[in-house]
Amino acid sequence: MALGLAANIAKTHLLAKIRQTVIASLGVTFGIAMFIVMISFMTGVNKFLEDTMLTATPHIRIYNDIETNRRSILDEVKSGEGRMNVVYHQKPKDEKLNLKNGLRIAERVRREPAVLGVSPQLTSQVFYNYGPSELTGILTGVNILDEDALYDIKTKLKSGSLEALLSSSDGVLMGKGLAEKLNVTIGNRVSVTTPKGHTILVKVVGTYQVGIGEIDNVRSYANLSTVQKVLQEDPRYITDLHIKLTDLEQARPLAKRLQNTYGYKAEDWETANASILVSFTIRNVMTSVVVTTLLIVAGFGIYNIMSMTIYDKMKDIAILKATGFDGHDIVQMFLLQAIVIGAIGGTAGLLIGYALSYLLSITPFETGDFLAIDTFPVNFNPWFYVSGIVFGILTTVLAGYFPAKRASKVDPVSILRG
Amino acid sequence: MKTILRTSQINKYFLEPVKFHVLKDIDFEINAGEFLTIVGKSGCGKSTLLYILSTMDTAYEGTLEINGQQLTGLPQNQLAKFRNEHIGFVFQFHYLLPEFSAIKNVMLPAMKLGKYTRKEIEERAYEKLRLLDVHEQALKPTNKLSGGQQQRVAIARALINDPAVIMGDEPTGNLDKSNSQIVFDILKELSRSYNQTIIAVTHDTDFADNSDRTIEMSDGMIIKQ
Ligand SMILES: Nc1ncnc2c1ncn2[C@@H]1O[C@H](COP(=O)(O)OP(=O)(O)O)[C@@H](O)[C@H]1O
Ligand SMILES: [Mg+2]
Repeated sequence: MALGLAANIAKTHLLAKIRQTVIASLGVTFGIAMFIVMISFMTGVNKFLEDTMLTATPHIRIYNDIETNRRSILDEVKSGEGRMNVVYHQKPKDEKLNLKNGLRIAERVRREPAVLGVSPQLTSQVFYNYGPSELTGILTGVNILDEDALYDIKTKLKSGSLEALLSSSDGVLMGKGLAEKLNVTIGNRVSVTTPKGHTILVKVVGTYQVGIGEIDNVRSYANLSTVQKVLQEDPRYITDLHIKLTDLEQARPLAKRLQNTYGYKAEDWETANASILVSFTIRNVMTSVVVTTLLIVAGFGIYNIMSMTIYDKMKDIAILKATGFDGHDIVQMFLLQAIVIGAIGGTAGLLIGYALSYLLSITPFETGDFLAIDTFPVNFNPWFYVSGIVFGILTTVLAGYFPAKRASKVDPVSILRG
Repeated sequence: MKTILRTSQINKYFLEPVKFHVLKDIDFEINAGEFLTIVGKSGCGKSTLLYILSTMDTAYEGTLEINGQQLTGLPQNQLAKFRNEHIGFVFQFHYLLPEFSAIKNVMLPAMKLGKYTRKEIEERAYEKLRLLDVHEQALKPTNKLSGGQQQRVAIARALINDPAVIMGDEPTGNLDKSNSQIVFDILKELSRSYNQTIIAVTHDTDFADNSDRTIEMSDGMIIKQ
């Protein structure tokens, strides 16, 4: 049979029961709209968090990991078969946490093809004092231009400039949260004390906000030389290398290689942020579960209505069969109805889903200082819309197929006999 | 004379609620252009036989041949195709599709057959409706027609593909006297002027007496033909 005839009959059926058609379509509309909103929002959140995380996290960090299970000197000199040494109250060695030849390593790593940039750092816990306020925090010595190449500090400045830091010998760029807590602004001098007791006065030459409270509330940037001075170390003394890559996926293998080559701990971003990544996975799983449930519910709605329609149309089916329509024709006829319901409902769902997502994306969202965000993060990925309509039609086809198949098996004699 | 339909040794059993031998050794032939009526007491198996002849019921023993083609044992889809092309069925109730207009009801089997263009089909359907004098109702929804008109539209539908044989199961059973007469006259006219082969089950003795031949059944057997 020409599809045209089945379409013709399907159309007549749909129009004859316009209310049922609309209700069935609304089921799909609701399912698809929720699908679009959920997936856009959830992936928006994930992407936002990932971006935020990555703006402040190196792809690879090389540092000197203190070994706690150090072999005692006794073990080194007297060891072997049948001996056991016991050393009580072994204290950690007074090891420096720096990377020897750190700057040389930095130059070598910089030449790796996968590497976008390297920023050597010197980080120390410090106390910040300004008048009566005293806060613990972190002072990170960097070459600010290298750091900017990695983390785009320039765009995150709330006041001051990178040049101001470069041209001063005792300047710091202070995290916005930290500056607010200390109640300092540009030009104020803050005293910084290291754990070893050295103190230095630094001048605030700017403030920045990365968007993560854990950083903005505790950290200041200074020039490498400033921090080396306060720690009373030589100008080659650095503790960390932060590395950005052209391709995120390269981080794990490259970290392994660097660790083997240079003998220092090299940690990739996935390992460093394992807990955050797990929460991404959980959110993704949750999204899929909710979305699948919505689609299944919509599918059952269609199944129900198709079953009812077919029950209503039992006599018509029998007559069509008596006049020579076969099983295929009947399946086509009802499957087409399901597809039309799916397509209409699905399209409406996409539109409503888009509208709701848009509304969500302009809804103000207050997080305080914790995250740098004003409205809900929403991901407008066209693929969501494509898969939305594909899923919608697939569900309706599945939901329509079984009742249609049942209809095609109707025995006309038993119906027409009455 | 050409034989249009032939049955040989048709037997049928109903298994539910208890095994019941409803048709016993049905053997008969019908020639082209013949107007055959089947009579018999209610429950003797006339409808059951007609459903077998119409190819809709395939659960029987024996063989059925229409238009020189053996139909027993063919798959459902081929039977549907055959029905569409060669058999027109008229039921006791009109059984028109309520969502469609009268003419669309007539057109549907022809559209399924696909032998003519849509325009030709529409013309032919209109012609059949005119033949049955219901052409003025062509565009009305079928539930707006009177019982007699509905049955005539149903006959037009049965005629649309120029079938080898028209089968009617008490086609006037649900009509009043005058409408019955009209439908009967139409069938008679189809048989005489268009040489249409017709098999009709009826209770009406006038109806039977005026047909070319009458088969009488009793208890699932043909007792007179
Ligand atoms: N589906 C069925 N299952 C069991 N018995 C049936 C069925 N249909 C009809 N019968 C029985 O078969 C007999 C013949 O029925 P039917 O062919 O309708 O008779 P008629 O049309 O001559 O009045 C009746 O006794 C009826 O009760
Ligand atoms: Mg009967």
